[in-house]
Amino acid sequence: MSDIILETRGLTKHYGGVQALDDANFILHAGEHVAVVGDNGAGKSTFVRQITAVEQRTAGQIFFDGKEVSHSGPLAAREAGIETVFQTLALADDLDVPSNLFLGREIFKFRLGPFSWLDRKAMRDRTMEALKTTAVKIPNVDNPIRNMSGGQRQCVAIARTAAFASKLVIMDEPTAALGVQETAQVENIIRGLKERGIPMVLVSHNLRQVFDLVDRIVVFRRGRIVASLRRDETDGNDIVSYITGVKGNADGAIA
Amino acid sequence: MSKPTSQPTGTGGLKYDATKRARANEWNIFAALVFIVIVFEILNRVNGTSFLFNLRDNVPGLFNQQRLDIMMLQVAITGIIALGVTQVIILGGIDLSSGSLVGATAMITMSFAQTAMVNGNPNPKAVFGPEWMDLPVIIPIGVGLACGIFAGLINGLLVAYTKIPPFIATLGMMVSARGASRWWSNGTPVSFPTETYATVSNGDLLGTLTFGLLHWDGQNPAVVFVGLAVLFQVIMIYTLYGKHTYAIGSNEAAARMSGINVDRHKVLVYTIAGMLAGVSAVLLTSKNLTAQAGMGMMYELDAIAMAVIGGVSLSGGRGSIVGTVLGAAIFSVIISGFTSIKLDAYYQEMVKGAIIVGAVILDQWRQKNRARS
Repeated sequence: MSDIILETRGLTKHYGGVQALDDANFILHAGEHVAVVGDNGAGKSTFVRQITAVEQRTAGQIFFDGKEVSHSGPLAAREAGIETVFQTLALADDLDVPSNLFLGREIFKFRLGPFSWLDRKAMRDRTMEALKTTAVKIPNVDNPIRNMSGGQRQCVAIARTAAFASKLVIMDEPTAALGVQETAQVENIIRGLKERGIPMVLVSHNLRQVFDLVDRIVVFRRGRIVASLRRDETDGNDIVSYITGVKGNADGAIA
Repeated sequence: MSKPTSQPTGTGGLKYDATKRARANEWNIFAALVFIVIVFEILNRVNGTSFLFNLRDNVPGLFNQQRLDIMMLQVAITGIIALGVTQVIILGGIDLSSGSLVGATAMITMSFAQTAMVNGNPNPKAVFGPEWMDLPVIIPIGVGLACGIFAGLINGLLVAYTKIPPFIATLGMMVSARGASRWWSNGTPVSFPTETYATVSNGDLLGTLTFGLLHWDGQNPAVVFVGLAVLFQVIMIYTLYGKHTYAIGSNEAAARMSGINVDRHKVLVYTIAGMLAGVSAVLLTSKNLTAQAGMGMMYELDAIAMAVIGGVSLSGGRGSIVGTVLGAAIFSVIISGFTSIKLDAYYQEMVKGAIIVGAVILDQWRQKNRARS
């Protein structure tokens, strides 16, 4: 595989004196699904926050889609094609599903500045379509999402990401708060992305899920990448050894 | 507490209860309005009078037209402010300045609406020289709107860009605008407008708009109120402006993440609220034919009360213009109703306060219920 979608070179982030991320070299190929695993505080979320430009990196380079990028914020990253599901859902509770899916990218019947007329039917139709392609089932999309369960809301957030995903999807523990069936549904959405050839970075604590879904597993430990293993060349015990530091010393950073 | 319900088929087992669908809140408020009207009708009938209906033989008409007219007038002036306040509250903010803005705008507007000669004598209340009198009616109206827009713009800029709480920003405007209204003419009333200015409120706007098909003489504030309510209800539901107002009030961080220019939108909403206070000031002065520094006192609280009674949540994101119109109707019916059963004004105010608190308690209770379900 030669097409590299995302590459980081020497990505480093300090919080004051704390080195949360140190010299991370990471490569994501086109269509590849990669899981980022590690113990709490290993630097997974910090890594994601640098890529999605929620925070600005201390040092290092990020290459996205062949160009070196320096996004000013999550919005710029999203416009460049990086769609993210954050741990804290970025949804407006009082709006219905179509409004949430199209928040900030509404479809209009005609433009008139702030008083542009919304094409509510088109947005609803495209929402139904998006829910269908992502296999998310919401009984009534016209309800405010406040009235929905945690799993349904998470599905709306993921459907939004999946529906608009163009180049890269990042999910930060998308199933952390979900029940068994809801988790299964989210995993189906992720498989759908794989079929559509959309690359993904998945942050997860759930090794069973990771082995089910991704091609490659990257292990973080104490702010460093300590292992990058193909799924079929490793197993759970191996991964756990890297996570806990039994295997791989923290200086031999590879990716 | 939710009752156990059967799982809907084919939803991957996602919990969903069709009976918990968002019911149109406005119908509940409408029911409350009808209930209150019936209560006052009964209380009146006990005394041999009627709240709504005309019982006198020497006056034509089914309804007590005089009472309806007074109610419409009472509700219209504050109701127009409430339309703006509603949008600000849905946005997640609050506007305490609207009443004071009415006062300041009234004084300034009236100064541009004065007539030079009163009964053959020079205008005793003149603010400017004769060259600034007998101006075309469009000038005081324009001045009124401009004053409201200007003050609303300041509110919006303060809230959006200094990040101070809306409560503080608009409290400052409330105090300053009241000061400005006293400063403008050193506390003396501004009176004697041109005849055309008097027709702004007292004419027959509905007749003009419908080419004489319908008439509602002297009720222009009510006509403007209803017209603006319809306009903003449509805007809030069908346009980007409304969608973003609800989105920001619902989850500001999410709105920002979604690429909405939150700060610019806030400025716009507060500016529109200011403009509506200007509209209200023009209609009020035209109706009363005079402007006083104390005009609009406590209107902001009445407007907030109308919105809250109408189901607009003070935590933002929920409510509607229709709700506020119904809330305004309830407000007006209660005041009128107390007068009709000859309850003292003191009691009226005390009960008014209790109703506002009650409406907020009800809102909190509804929210808690929803969170639990």
